[in-house]
Amino acid sequence: MSNVLPIASALEAARSQMAFTLGFHIVLASLGVAFPAMMLIANYRGLRHDDADAMLLARRWSKVAAVTFAVGAVTGTVLSFEFGLLWPAFTAKFGEVFGILFAIEGIFFFLEAIFIAIYIFGWKRLPGWAHFWTGVPIVLSGIGGAFSVVAVNSWMNQPRGYTLSHGDVTKVEPLKVIFNPAVPYEVPHMLLAAYMVTGFLVASVYAVGMLRGRRDRLHRLGLLIPLTVAAIATPIQLGVGDTAARAIANDQPVKFAGMECVQHTSTHVTEYLGGRCTADGVKGGIGIPGLDSFLIGFSTDTKVTGLDSVPADDRPPANTMLHWAFDAMVGIGTALMGLALWLGLTWLRRRDIPRSHWFLRATAVSGVAAIAAMECGWIVTEVGRQPWVVYNVMRTENAATGASGVWVTFTVALLLYTVLGIATVVTLRTMARRWREEDSQDEDGGDEPYGPRPSAPAALSGGPG
Amino acid sequence: MSSADAVAGVLWVGVSLYAVFAGADFGAGFWGLVAGGGERGRRARELVDWAIGPVWEANHVWLIFVLVVLWTAFSEAFGSIFSTLFIPLSLAALGIVLRGSGFAFHHSARRLRGRLFAERLFGVSSLLTPFFLGTVIGAVASGRVPVGNAEGDPVTSWLNPLSLLVGVLFVATCAYLAAVFLVSDARRAEAPDLEEYFRARALGAALVAGGLAVAGILVMHADARYIYDGLTHEGLPLVILSGVCGLGALVLLRRAAPRGARPLAVGAVVAVVWGWGVAQYPYLLPQKLTVAAGAAPSATLTAVLIVFGAAVVLVLPALALLYTLVQRSMIEETEL
Repeated sequence: MSNVLPIASALEAARSQMAFTLGFHIVLASLGVAFPAMMLIANYRGLRHDDADAMLLARRWSKVAAVTFAVGAVTGTVLSFEFGLLWPAFTAKFGEVFGILFAIEGIFFFLEAIFIAIYIFGWKRLPGWAHFWTGVPIVLSGIGGAFSVVAVNSWMNQPRGYTLSHGDVTKVEPLKVIFNPAVPYEVPHMLLAAYMVTGFLVASVYAVGMLRGRRDRLHRLGLLIPLTVAAIATPIQLGVGDTAARAIANDQPVKFAGMECVQHTSTHVTEYLGGRCTADGVKGGIGIPGLDSFLIGFSTDTKVTGLDSVPADDRPPANTMLHWAFDAMVGIGTALMGLALWLGLTWLRRRDIPRSHWFLRATAVSGVAAIAAMECGWIVTEVGRQPWVVYNVMRTENAATGASGVWVTFTVALLLYTVLGIATVVTLRTMARRWREEDSQDEDGGDEPYGPRPSAPAALSGGPG
Repeated sequence: MSSADAVAGVLWVGVSLYAVFAGADFGAGFWGLVAGGGERGRRARELVDWAIGPVWEANHVWLIFVLVVLWTAFSEAFGSIFSTLFIPLSLAALGIVLRGSGFAFHHSARRLRGRLFAERLFGVSSLLTPFFLGTVIGAVASGRVPVGNAEGDPVTSWLNPLSLLVGVLFVATCAYLAAVFLVSDARRAEAPDLEEYFRARALGAALVAGGLAVAGILVMHADARYIYDGLTHEGLPLVILSGVCGLGALVLLRRAAPRGARPLAVGAVVAVVWGWGVAQYPYLLPQKLTVAAGAAPSATLTAVLIVFGAAVVLVLPALALLYTLVQRSMIEETEL
């Protein structure tokens, strides 16, 4: 088979599979990181203010989290397999460096899995506040896990803390690996993205419900809690993202040149919105003279490194896509900032959400928009680093597996994840429909939380003996 | 003991825990699959569901633990295994996806058809995943994984009598462990008929798994001489311990003793895992790469040991809390 499928295309298959499975997982991972926090806010409100609607939201969200966490655990396991299945040469060489971070992540993931199980299955029998506190480790370990995983990606961008001799890693300095120079901007950028994606996504579900006329308190609260979280995260994200872009211009100038289509190193560089990247500069698009220089150094005299600073072989591919991905991320982020402001100002004025239909419409699309922005961000950081898997150290082509058959696994992954995505959405929608039916019948099914403890699981005991 | 040996020990602790917890979990899926229709089959499946619901995710985190320790501390072995054994490991990953999603969805799918399909998916993948992981272990143990990126034969490395036998042995062992666990779960659920049901299956699975283990040792004599010699010399006490535990569990099951079968069954599995480790020592990849030669630089090994220490302090109490709450029926699924 290796004669039929040349190595070069195996690399493409490996890159495609990694991009696709990671792009899929990152949505679920974001929910895993941020959804428990929103669940707990509702739970806290329910307990503290004896708010039955908030309590019901918390219980329902925990059911949703159970599904998305399970699917996320699965797609995350696949990623850890892919470190060996797709990139064995990368892991064989540098696993002993970046692996430390995954070992730390293992602890967080473990704690997350344990406490999410306790929380999800603990509604009925655990005392209220004890149950609430079993949810807190989920939130903390979600943040810790995100730190560890994103720090690995930061390390690939800014590899530090190891010594190579004759191509082998001979010395490792774990603290320099863990706190590599890209961590301070990349980790908060992704954490905030997770909170934004989850907040806008959950809010968008309730916005759609309200647009369809379901304007009860449950929907209002279901929109307000996640949207408030997202609205707080968004302005911080704009600041962090701006810092990140400036840091990348310094740490990975070629990536930055790719993002902004800067061909030649010079000062007074024009910032282009959109347009097509060519060797002769940007065609089309809106150009703002000097702005690119200004953005990275607060002066139009700032020198911006161009793609021509490195040989053609060392430049990222697909420049136009890279540039568009960056612009789309920033554009969507700015639009979401507008939505956050709209909510914030209206709330300050009259303690209510904006009455306009357009607010609900905007919120309804904000979830998908936030996901698109996050995916664009991953395209920027991953495609922008190419042709390197470890920036300026190891080329991606030298990292890939020598095994043939990656096209087969990519095809299977494509089909399987499509089904998985559809099944997840269908399952969640089925759950939502059932809840709506319950709401309209206004029955609570005798399943009140925090009740007394029966002696044995009723469904199983006393069967035919 | 060098720090490389210590980390290899940590890896083996992870392998043992994965074998026991995930093994019981895979096996439970297997029993759900073969329970068949009818009232009794339905009740058996319900018990399986009820028993593994709260713990299955935590059980499988041990696999991540094993993978991460392997690629961090013994990167070269990890790369070699995953590139040569691309096919069975891809199939194992496929099984993990199907299993996890089958489980996630059959809990929420209310319509019977969807539920049955998700259950079937869960059962079949509970069978496939341990089988392919078994072929991987067979390939490693028989020295069919050379050092390097896809240096070994992509097919015959795992498609050979020994690997296939180990694959089947894994499935049988999972079924055995699960049946023993489910006997206790049935007692906890106060379902004496199911207790009897799984007791009979535990006895059957014990005989099959024991027979396969003996057959495995015979095949190793011909095909994996290094491991065979290790198992019959340095590893012999552990092999004997495993046999004694297995027989003890068999006797207790036979007599329907209320306790003791579970720890003995676990002991039988753990002893054989460590027997394999001892037999393979000092090699990660038998006669190709030793623990010492394949180990990461010392700072990485120290970091892994520190993280393991932190895991013992943080994760073990949390796990104990989870299993205690489950055993006391303080947490279980609620309808919503």
